[in-house]
Amino acid sequence: MPACTGTMKMSPLVLWFHKLGSPPYFYRLAGRFLPWLYAIALVTGAVGLYGGLVVAPADYQQGDSFRMIYVHVPCAWMSLFVYAFMAANSFVALVWRIKLSETLAMASAPVGAAFTFITLVSGSLWGKPMWGTWWTWDARLTSELVLLFLYLGVIGLYHAIEDARQAARAAAFLALIGVVNLPIVHYSVVWWNTLHQGQTVSLMGQSKMSSSMLWPLLTMAFATHVYFFASLLARSRAALLALESGKEWVRGIAQTQEAHAHG
Amino acid sequence: MTPTRKRRLIAVALILLAVGVAAALTVTALSQNMTYLFSPTETLAGKAPPGASFKLGGVVLESSIKRDPNSLKVDFVVTDRFKQIPVEYTGILPDLFREGQSVIATGKMQGDRFIAREVLAKHDESYMPKEVADAIAKAKAAHAAETK
Repeated sequence: MPACTGTMKMSPLVLWFHKLGSPPYFYRLAGRFLPWLYAIALVTGAVGLYGGLVVAPADYQQGDSFRMIYVHVPCAWMSLFVYAFMAANSFVALVWRIKLSETLAMASAPVGAAFTFITLVSGSLWGKPMWGTWWTWDARLTSELVLLFLYLGVIGLYHAIEDARQAARAAAFLALIGVVNLPIVHYSVVWWNTLHQGQTVSLMGQSKMSSSMLWPLLTMAFATHVYFFASLLARSRAALLALESGKEWVRGIAQTQEAHAHG
Repeated sequence: MTPTRKRRLIAVALILLAVGVAAALTVTALSQNMTYLFSPTETLAGKAPPGASFKLGGVVLESSIKRDPNSLKVDFVVTDRFKQIPVEYTGILPDLFREGQSVIATGKMQGDRFIAREVLAKHDESYMPKEVADAIAKAKAAHAAETK
């Protein structure tokens, strides 16, 4: 077939993508990025928290209690972002059976679950003094709780099956199905009457927040994103070592480390 | 793309499409049946379940809050700016409870009064420092005085 002759010539981007999919290459590259990501997340996180908890003025109605927003909202955004990331990798893992995508999807699940948990707890702590209740079964709160259960389901399913690659594919399938919950979480405050307020910050159009209060929030959002990728790379590196423990490149790393340890 | 991958891609896409349609149908069905709260207009039109507990949502009417000096009993009027319902509540109110604030009260109608066992304050999505809020209020007052 004449069409097949072109497949040998790959654009540099596609070639890089293929290289990235190889576990040893990814392991080395991730190891080089990791300290930088942790440092950036730590510095921007500290700036964002200081800006939010100290510099930003108190809200005209809520007083200082509104400062919970600087933890709650970035974590809530991350709970959705991480799920979308996990689902996208699950999709690639299911169709193309790329080992790295399986690893990335499974490594992001516990991080996403943690962000979702923090979202629910911080919202609850804020809700008691402001709304007058820890919890109510409105559409936003309920769909966010479903999101936590989806994360826990993916983690649980992954660990319930012995063979790691089969387990990843089964869990990836669940992660992909659960993606329908994302628009429900996001639009729940629009589609239904909820106790939870509507969207304050929007990508398009005016944000309903003063700029003196907004910049720490956006800084925190940036910090949580960088932290997620740092945590993801660290977890994926560990998972790849375990998954490929019989391979030559892992043995090479083990030998170098042993040599280092013995001086 | 190899035939196997193409087959997998189509299968996964079809399953996603099916799940998406199922979710969309469920959401539309729920949005017709699932009501978190009833407004005073809906309540007085008889849409709220009679004799049963439900959630009443609206704004606390300005200068309608009357506190009993000897107990935690509070009387106020909830309005949606069309109809009004007097509400009675005994207990501690949330921080955001004030005149002109949105509230959601859970309880039952007793005659034409709503007896609440829980009152929640709904917050809106605006955040601003006190100085800005004062400045806006001042500008609004000035504008109102000008147009009079």
